[in-house]
Amino acid sequence: MNLAVNNTSLMFALILVIIAILIVHREKLGLEKDIIYSVIRAVIQLVVVGYVLKYIFRVDNVFLTIALVLIILFNASWNAKKRAGNIRNAFPISLVAILASTSVTLGTLVLTGSIKFIPSQIIPISGMIASNSMVAIGLCYRNMNTNFQNQRQQVLEKLALGADLHDASISIIRESIKTGMSPTIDSAKTVGIVSLPGMMSGLIFAGIDPVRAIKYQIMVTFMLLSATSIGSLIACYLAYKSYYNEQKQLL
Amino acid sequence: MGKPILKGTDLGYYASDKTILQHLDFEIAPQEFVTLTGPSGGGKSTLLRLLASLISKTSGSLTFKAEEIETYEPTAYRRQVSYAFQQPQLFGQTVADNLEFPFTIRNEPFDNEKAVEFLGKVNLEPDSLNQPITELSGGERQRVALLRNILFMPEVLLLDEITTGLDVDNKAIINRLIGQLNQTEGLTIISITHDTSEFKLANRLLTLKDGQLEA
Repeated sequence: MNLAVNNTSLMFALILVIIAILIVHREKLGLEKDIIYSVIRAVIQLVVVGYVLKYIFRVDNVFLTIALVLIILFNASWNAKKRAGNIRNAFPISLVAILASTSVTLGTLVLTGSIKFIPSQIIPISGMIASNSMVAIGLCYRNMNTNFQNQRQQVLEKLALGADLHDASISIIRESIKTGMSPTIDSAKTVGIVSLPGMMSGLIFAGIDPVRAIKYQIMVTFMLLSATSIGSLIACYLAYKSYYNEQKQLL
Repeated sequence: MGKPILKGTDLGYYASDKTILQHLDFEIAPQEFVTLTGPSGGGKSTLLRLLASLISKTSGSLTFKAEEIETYEPTAYRRQVSYAFQQPQLFGQTVADNLEFPFTIRNEPFDNEKAVEFLGKVNLEPDSLNQPITELSGGERQRVALLRNILFMPEVLLLDEITTGLDVDNKAIINRLIGQLNQTEGLTIISITHDTSEFKLANRLLTLKDGQLEA
């Protein structure tokens, strides 16, 4: 393997951060503290994760692996919730959506033999699924919030005509699911042409034959489509009723 | 007057500490045509929205057929007490999309013949079903919107200044239809208007000023 990065080379690579700080300083963007804070945070987080993963891979215990996956899902749900605005029960909704999207997708990959149930495969893949679901669900929430505001008049008219909540909201639900899924679909279209995504790049970097590496990327493309569609669908269908009260009135 | 179909008793509504309606007492008889008028900001639209169950009263009592309206299932209630907006937004792309909506929400197949028959009632041609809504004039839009309320005949029709801003011809078409629905179908109508020439359509005139009904 040609992996050459070490502590000394990383220290020198700090020059790149200094370049960013100089640009920010020169342009008076006031982001110097932010950059320093984010760099320190990233380094600490990654060092901790590195040692935790090393330990977990060595122990190779099913319960420990599941526990770590659950922590990832919990964090992803908490982050998705932050974009929920006034949606009631956004955390449990996000958790159900991310849990479902991860278990269906991960379950399929394991059952089809695409990946093995070992921590070094389950944990990174869970992280990819959860983070993509999280972004998709966040987009769904934002789209729903915007559209329930912009299309308020139309929703009111549908209610006034005697539509139930589902019929009054369905166009917004559909649009929000679409919004949640579209980044994944878009990136699937350009994968390999515009970007060499993380999974594939990582494997190539580690010296794996590109023809083998792309198979993993193809798997990732499949799983992210499934994960974002399941996550968006569940989150939108569980969330739309929180725009109404018990009298089926638009809040 | 027989048993009222709608009845308000000491009805009040306030939103964010602002009183919009207070101490309203009124009765609306079945098949009655009531015109609601009064200065802007007097609470007319709010009263209609309360009657349509789009908002809920904050005090007093409001009944439909002697039962508080909150006791009805809201969707079923709104199909019986139908509210038409002053500036309606049409749905989808075409006129057909709008006339299909009342069928869709009742899980019924679209009845083309019925739709064409109703288009005729508001002087629209059968082929206007496929017309894009962007090509409709303001008056045509309002006529199409009104058909959504009456394709399945409600018991009460609440009209929130639906002829405001329309020309004489459009007003005439809409008012003729509303008059017919009241006379022949026995539809109860409560209509907000500022147009004094429309007062004669009604059996009774109610004036709402500063959130209170004037005697």
